[in-house]
Amino acid sequence: MMTEISLNILDVTENSTRAGAKLVSILVKADTGQDTLTVSIKDDGCGMTKEQAAQVTDPFFTTRTTRKVGLGIPFFKYAAESTGGSFSIQSEVGKGTIVTAVFGLSHIDRMPLGDISSTIHTLIICHPDTEFVYTYEYDDASFTLDTRELKEILGDIPLNTPEVSQYIMEYLTENKQETDGGALL
Amino acid sequence: MKSLAELKAIRERVQSQVSMRAEDHNHIRVVVGMATCGIASGARPVLTTLANAVQEKGLTDKIAVTQTGCIGLCQYEPIVEVMEPGKEKVTYIKMNPDKALEVVERHLIGGHVVEEYTLNHADIK
Repeated sequence: MMTEISLNILDVTENSTRAGAKLVSILVKADTGQDTLTVSIKDDGCGMTKEQAAQVTDPFFTTRTTRKVGLGIPFFKYAAESTGGSFSIQSEVGKGTIVTAVFGLSHIDRMPLGDISSTIHTLIICHPDTEFVYTYEYDDASFTLDTRELKEILGDIPLNTPEVSQYIMEYLTENKQETDGGALL
Repeated sequence: MKSLAELKAIRERVQSQVSMRAEDHNHIRVVVGMATCGIASGARPVLTTLANAVQEKGLTDKIAVTQTGCIGLCQYEPIVEVMEPGKEKVTYIKMNPDKALEVVERHLIGGHVVEEYTLNHADIK
């Protein structure tokens, strides 16, 4: 069982990278007025057929050969729906996939967002060939981290260079703090 | 807000130190399973701990920490595999950040496999 929404994000985004995505856009948006927490993960990977996309919410469907169950997407779907939210997956072969989960922000059954900064940091550092655009919104405030911008500045210095890796982690935590004012999500 | 301007300063500072690190065949590879099974049982903090420890101890020239999908031993996650050229692969099971630090100290730095955390040591029937 996943204990944080951010771990679901890590899991679903791992699928994007395995689908050969070059660009993955991740949006985490808290709206206290609407009382929703929206998570959207969009990739330009290989996509899925209609039949596959319809099957991925079935825990007993997976394309893996190492085991017979595929719990990632079902976990995410039920976590969202059990808070009065919604879940959708749109996919097209050759174009990519968009996964969107909406949670009831103040619902008692909503799991915490968790350490989203560590999740995004892990994704960026472990997938140097994938570009990530991460946007975090809290009501009217927001910030974005785009690895293409980082790479433009850095040139041939890799993102996993210790100093750069540390800068990325600080960028994520400090800007999150400024965006949500330290709100506990 | 933290700005990208700071990154430019880091580039200036680091540029002089970075030599072209071509994929070195003598690298020790440390691989963490990061599929649903791994993540759900705590692989992210294990990966973060390993990556940070390797960086802090200045071992990035010798050791590469990476991730992989599910290797089919979900009940033993979080799993960490250590692949050293010329040596048999070591599979550590049911890892956590403390055990990971111990593996860094005793195995990656000290050169001795931490037998009690390995798959071979587990009582598998």
